[in-house]
Amino acid sequence: MSRIIEQPRYSCALGAQQTVVAIKKAVPILHSGPGCSGKISSLIGQGEGYAGGNTIPCTNASESEIVFGGEDKLRQVIEGAFKVIDAELYVVLSGCTSDIVGDDIGNVTGFYQKQGKPIVYAETGGFKSNNYVSHDEVIKAIIDQYVDLFSSKAEPQTGLVNVFASVPYQDPYWNGNLEEIKRILEGIGLKVNILFGAESEGVEEWKTIPHAQFNIVASAWVGLGAAEHLKEKYDTPYVHFPYLPIGGIETSKFLRQIGEFGHLDKNKVESFIKKEEEKFYAHLERTADFMLEFRYGLPRRFYTILDASYAIGFSKFLLNELGVVPAKQYIIDDTPESYRENIIEEFEKISEFRSAEVHFAIDGGAIQEEIRKDPQKNRALILGSGWERDLASDIKADLLIVSAPITYRLVLNCGYAGYNGGLRAIEDIYDRVLDTYW
Amino acid sequence: MANINIQAPEVSIREVRLGSITGFNGTAKQLVGCAHNGELRDSSRSFSQCMGCSSGNALCQLAMITDAVVVNHAPVGCGGDFFGYNFVYRVGQMERDLKPAIGRYFNTNIEENDTVFGGIQKLESTVREAYERVQPKAIFITTSCASGIIGDDVESLANALSEDLGIPVVGCFCEGFKSKIWTTGFDSAYHSIIRSIVKPPRKKSNKVNIINFWGSHIFDELLQELGYEAQYIIPFSTVADLEYISEAAATIQICPTLGTYLGAALEEVYGVTEIKAPPAYGLAGTDIWLRDLGRILHREEEVEEIIKREHERIMPELEAYRKKLKGKTAYLTAGAAHGHAIIALLRELGLEVQGAAIFHHDPIYDNGDRASDALAQDVALYGDIKNYNVCNKQAYELVNILNKVRPDIMIARHGGMTLWGAKLGVPTLLIGDEQFGFGYQGILNYAERMIETLDNKEFVTNLAKHSTMPYTKWWLEQDPFTFLGGDTHVQNY
Repeated sequence: MSRIIEQPRYSCALGAQQTVVAIKKAVPILHSGPGCSGKISSLIGQGEGYAGGNTIPCTNASESEIVFGGEDKLRQVIEGAFKVIDAELYVVLSGCTSDIVGDDIGNVTGFYQKQGKPIVYAETGGFKSNNYVSHDEVIKAIIDQYVDLFSSKAEPQTGLVNVFASVPYQDPYWNGNLEEIKRILEGIGLKVNILFGAESEGVEEWKTIPHAQFNIVASAWVGLGAAEHLKEKYDTPYVHFPYLPIGGIETSKFLRQIGEFGHLDKNKVESFIKKEEEKFYAHLERTADFMLEFRYGLPRRFYTILDASYAIGFSKFLLNELGVVPAKQYIIDDTPESYRENIIEEFEKISEFRSAEVHFAIDGGAIQEEIRKDPQKNRALILGSGWERDLASDIKADLLIVSAPITYRLVLNCGYAGYNGGLRAIEDIYDRVLDTYW
Repeated sequence: MANINIQAPEVSIREVRLGSITGFNGTAKQLVGCAHNGELRDSSRSFSQCMGCSSGNALCQLAMITDAVVVNHAPVGCGGDFFGYNFVYRVGQMERDLKPAIGRYFNTNIEENDTVFGGIQKLESTVREAYERVQPKAIFITTSCASGIIGDDVESLANALSEDLGIPVVGCFCEGFKSKIWTTGFDSAYHSIIRSIVKPPRKKSNKVNIINFWGSHIFDELLQELGYEAQYIIPFSTVADLEYISEAAATIQICPTLGTYLGAALEEVYGVTEIKAPPAYGLAGTDIWLRDLGRILHREEEVEEIIKREHERIMPELEAYRKKLKGKTAYLTAGAAHGHAIIALLRELGLEVQGAAIFHHDPIYDNGDRASDALAQDVALYGDIKNYNVCNKQAYELVNILNKVRPDIMIARHGGMTLWGAKLGVPTLLIGDEQFGFGYQGILNYAERMIETLDNKEFVTNLAKHSTMPYTKWWLEQDPFTFLGGDTHVQNY
């Protein structure tokens, strides 16, 4: 199978710099070529954050580091970073140059670790994987090389959970999604380490990872690596909800699964669900007349060109709560083979009455060519990226940009997860539909 | 001038070709003096932040040739800049009333196996797929650190595919690690165009090449008045347009940092005269430039008319702006040639330039003509600029300086820099369109925007109140060049 990519929608292994940027007061230190960081920020870095973007320290590998090795340069930049950048955690990430010539960044970083500096490393040469995969690798590196120092006598703390649910910045709505997931999990009585973004306590929170009663993975496959690792390392069990829960049905299902797994007070879980569903469906009901009566056309089929977690989450939501039926679904996150079967199954039982066709493809250009060949008998909705702009207008479809690159949208804390995210999705979809009329 | 060899697959990097540098701390006059006496020495930094790389800058010129495609032979992350340029391309289409079209850029997705067994087959299948999908008039292959280190023979493959597909398939060698000066990527892109696309002239035309990014079309009227036609290159050109840029009557540089190599190559190889005077920024600078243009296009008298007419037109307004801006202080950060241009504008308007952090310095351009040295011209016309630093986008140095200097306004000419002015409560202006400040009208345009920015303090004042600073207190108290040129000051820590 061809592996070429027209219209990239994710980054290389080094893209995990954004995973670090998303942790409060953590800073990546790149041992890579000079342009890598900027290219990553350009694709998945809307907003510099605390110390992302142009602030990121980098060795800017030049010819001499390729020929003679770059470990000395890395040492200098690490020492400079300690002095210049006010951070609580430094994460050294290598790029292609370093990984091909074979610099021992573990050895370099180890020297500072022995001095008690809060620093870890991960080998993330771009060619090694992509930023979905390396997201887990970086989490594991931080746990093994830093968090673990604080794990002695790790007593599980009842009700404390770690959540792995979004790849920050690769998921443009990561911050909003994580805020909502934290809110609803707190709603059923948990104490939540959300780990990334505004609602996290940052590095202090990371230090409590080993104390969790259990871990939650709300994602198709990313995050499972970290959860498995924690299971081996600290014996922490985990529960896997295999997509992003969006809207009333799926969010309630998610909360019930968590509640059952964690043996939470059933009354508390159910009463929270009841309250949230009442609110959610009051809004949905209020607008049902619009969806049933609007005579000038609403989308009746949808395409997703998304990563697996979003693709399943949105498909279930659109079909079961809004009555939009699935056309073809494309999963663009280069899902490893071993996880594909489960994803296909999710689409096979997408509703009680229906199954949907799903394709794994990383080449956006090829995906668009296929969609263009489809007969467009009625109005379609595309959930994709900024790359879909012309495709949408050519086939007269509505486009909600959910995947990177999202350049046409400015995202602060907008999110599509949970009850609130479901409502927001409805607003955003029909806002775009209505906006097509003069 | 022996720098131009269109038979060679690669153009040598600026450090080697022009003696360009990325580290300097002194005054503009000192820098110009060193450069002209061949005494320029680069300094390196022991601490550094991420910069840019050649491959991005190469793409920026190749991405908007309307009927060509770009194949980036690299891991997927290197294609992270595709969408950004696609966006620029599309905004440019809107501004030019063109039909919306998506940029066609392909990434070969170099993976671990390819670093062991080589990636040349992947490259071949990507080029073939791109050809099938788009049927382009040319295919440019941009290289990467990974493809360069593993030693893929891109040139041989490109030549073979050119023959096979019957269109130019051209290697553009722009590995990021090769140069600290990312504008070397412009040279790589232009080299690939001049060696494989441009053909010998059939005749002379009355067109004038304007080497620019994707700025506004401000030269139409002027050139028309002189009996010539403006031809904006490279973005928004077709491959066919580019084939005969060799026939033009002259070449105008909007920014010699961008076009140094192409301008000189067109003159040396095809006899297209390049306007050597620095781009027209500021009153005196515009006079000089126009006279050079008039001389080369044989329109001396017409140009004198224009100079007289335009002076009369703008002087009253200019005087009014000067009064308003008198005594204001400014700090500037920008790329090299355009930075020199903005210095001229600021000085022309009577601002005090407290210093500048300029991304690199080319002691001479490819045309080998000292008359093109815009910084030397700034110094000659307006006097020295203190605190002139060559600093390749090192935000930590900039923040340190801004924190001490606290100018009335900060002017930035690149993304990622404005934030630091704003976080310190300093009104900050970034103007994207290089043509905005060009010529006589440009002085007025710039003045108006500066006054607007100075007047609008609400946003930055509030932002500064609520901002965090990722730099340590220690750092903000140090000499800004602590890490420049060895470890001389580091013992202070």
